[in-house]
Amino acid sequence: MTQPLIEIRSAPHVQAAKTVETIMRHVVYSLLPICAFYVLQYGISALASIVVVTAACLLAERFFVRTGTQSGRLSDYSAVITGLLLALTLPPGFPLWMGAVAGLVAIALGKALFGGIGFNVFNPALVGRAFVQAAFPTAIATYTPSFIPGRFTEFIPSSLALPLMIPADPAAWLKAKSLDALAGATPLAKWKFDGVVANADELLTSLSGHMAVGPSPMLILLCGAYLALRRFMDWRIPLAILGSAALTAWLLFAFDPARYPNPFFMLFSGGLILGAVYMATDMATSPVTPKGMWVYGALIGLLTVVIRYYSGLPEGVMYAILIANAASPLIEKITQPVPFGRGAMVGLGRAKKRATYPLNPGYISREEASAVTPKKRFLPKKPKK
Amino acid sequence: MKLLSYFRGEAFQRGVHPPSCKLTADRKIRRLPFPPRVTVPLSQHIGKTPRPIVKVGQEVVRGQPIAKSDEWLSVPHHAPLTGVVEFIGLRPGMRGTWIESIVIRAHPGATQEDLWGQPRDLSQATGQDILQAIWDTGMVGLGGAAFPTHAKLSVPKQAKVHTLVVNGCECEPYLTCDHRVMVEQTDDLLAGIRYAMRATGAVRAIIGVEDNKPDAVATLRNAIAWAGAGGAFPEGEIHVEAVPTKYPQGAEKMLIMALFGTEMPAGGLPIALGMVVSNVGTLAALGALLPAGRGLTERVVTITGPGVARPGDYRVVLGTPLKFVLDYAGAPAIDAMDARQVILGGPMMGQAIGSLDVPITKGVSGVLVFRREDMQARETHQTYPCIKCGECVESCPMGLNPSTLGMLAAKREYDLMGERYFLGDCFECGCCTYVCPSNIPLVQQFRVAKQILREKAAA
Repeated sequence: MTQPLIEIRSAPHVQAAKTVETIMRHVVYSLLPICAFYVLQYGISALASIVVVTAACLLAERFFVRTGTQSGRLSDYSAVITGLLLALTLPPGFPLWMGAVAGLVAIALGKALFGGIGFNVFNPALVGRAFVQAAFPTAIATYTPSFIPGRFTEFIPSSLALPLMIPADPAAWLKAKSLDALAGATPLAKWKFDGVVANADELLTSLSGHMAVGPSPMLILLCGAYLALRRFMDWRIPLAILGSAALTAWLLFAFDPARYPNPFFMLFSGGLILGAVYMATDMATSPVTPKGMWVYGALIGLLTVVIRYYSGLPEGVMYAILIANAASPLIEKITQPVPFGRGAMVGLGRAKKRATYPLNPGYISREEASAVTPKKRFLPKKPKK
Repeated sequence: MKLLSYFRGEAFQRGVHPPSCKLTADRKIRRLPFPPRVTVPLSQHIGKTPRPIVKVGQEVVRGQPIAKSDEWLSVPHHAPLTGVVEFIGLRPGMRGTWIESIVIRAHPGATQEDLWGQPRDLSQATGQDILQAIWDTGMVGLGGAAFPTHAKLSVPKQAKVHTLVVNGCECEPYLTCDHRVMVEQTDDLLAGIRYAMRATGAVRAIIGVEDNKPDAVATLRNAIAWAGAGGAFPEGEIHVEAVPTKYPQGAEKMLIMALFGTEMPAGGLPIALGMVVSNVGTLAALGALLPAGRGLTERVVTITGPGVARPGDYRVVLGTPLKFVLDYAGAPAIDAMDARQVILGGPMMGQAIGSLDVPITKGVSGVLVFRREDMQARETHQTYPCIKCGECVESCPMGLNPSTLGMLAAKREYDLMGERYFLGDCFECGCCTYVCPSNIPLVQQFRVAKQILREKAAA
């Protein structure tokens, strides 16, 4: 008898539809509206920056995947996420060649060095940004205002600096547009160096005035909510970060309102929302245990506020996340879940939750059984013999 | 929507919701014809292998014991067919090894009635008598584990059992045999529950049924109300509870959690909580066999899957070769050499088999056939390194950390897995592997690790 060709495979024989590509693709989808609004704010320079940085990331990814240095595939979209996120954290007028350097470094040092997708210790986008922050401190601190007239026809001059050349200071260009150069400062820098606290409406929508706020926090929260609901991202981490940052900021604000800004300003200025929703939730670099996620998020929130208040830098999200990334394996180790049936309260005969039946049937005597019998609303049909 | 599950009261924490695919839920149980030849493997349950008590060439009648053991943790086998013992020796088994089996050729003219066994009155029997009677039927857990039922229902002297939990969850996708048994053999089931309660000394029985089988819940409640009204047993002794559908609810720890809100201590048995858990199929079969004094010679098997032409629940004679079963139910994919997988059991925990000569045994609850195109999605799913998404941690019903366990397994740190990460608690339900977006064969790694740890412990 000829045997049919059947395969042996280990159980389970069915699988959920979610794959690495699906997760990454949906993160990219959710980033697209944020990028679109960013381009609307800053015009053609922002668009060029996003395209160049992402292309640099993909180029580096392709090189390292091809040479076998790192795992994964180009088509898994993870390099696209790195590129988009990196572009969103850079100033819109950041010289394009520097953006390309940031993208290459992000993948090479942040990802390929560790072995590719899943093995990286630090968020690759933040590694890239940390590198350019150290390498080009002036360029990365030079913000331009949003909603400049003619932003769709004209590049911010610093964008187009030739490779290896120092970009022009956009102050003169701004003056020609009769805009105050100071308007280009970020809300955090304004607070840090001038003691000006921006209003809630300016921060939330980024629509009013020419304030140099980054990508819109409201939009990021919305897109993040989409990801969390579809479970492409864990909701605990952003919640923990924002909660802990708000709590720390509120405690300090309550302590001395004159010296410290209100917690709302803390939450919605700078890159905290972007960092909390998209950067800190990078799966490979955050703890895998639910309790660990809370600890990790709380650490980021606390560090962000501390760095913002007590260091020379106006912004601290990036370093807070990188430090927490490094601490993540340790956090994971001390927050292992308690397995079923191994909790401290197990075996004491106490129910963990409200249940239908008491554990011990002591009171169910046969006389008072009606107490637990389901109520009969009508006479049941006679069973067929 | 894991986010919402935090606010919704849930039967037990974590777990998964695979598509249920219960194709055969409203088809009546039909009888599969008697095959010309049956193969009865001697080892088809947990425990000691019984020895054959028949010889080659001997005539046997349906229901006659053909293998027996004096060991407590073992069960006898009964001739599934009236015929002649043709061969005693090695035959292919479901795990790929050859195991000792008895082959019986059916008499072409035999009526295949149950000729063996005397009806008996168990109404005055003690618990011990009932246990002995259960042992004589050769009953094992029909849900898949195939643990001898008399051993499961016997209560150690120092323990006391107050509750019989009857497992009618059938959480595995595709399988519907327990569902149909609950609907069609309700009286047998209630009788079996009564016997089991008397054997264990339980004062109440709770039938846990997943709420995707409302007809089973309604039928059982009806029957209980009528039987109670008729005075067959005190009212309020047997309850039916619909538990929210979720895989793996059929695991006894999860079912006890769903019904009583209590975690079973790790490494313990339900008896520590004063409970005994048994499957509905087992109890229904007991209810039919015990008063008739017969042995287990057939069982209900779900034959289903996209590759089966006439899926359904069939009453199959034990030892029927799979080839015969699939020929009858119609599996064009196999004829066209296009089948990809044949699975004994459900898709989450079932065993893929490599040969169709394997017989249906007492522990086989389903036969699943997948075609080439059904496996396409799995085959094109690329394997990535673990991206630590945490899906497995969120799905493990035992609250383990499969992500870390998997990474340790890849590094062969088996001792660490066992000591610090509680590998021994894993009961291989497959949730972690089901959800893994990186397509890592976590359960397989754990099976290997557990086997290695067992060997180390034995050495």
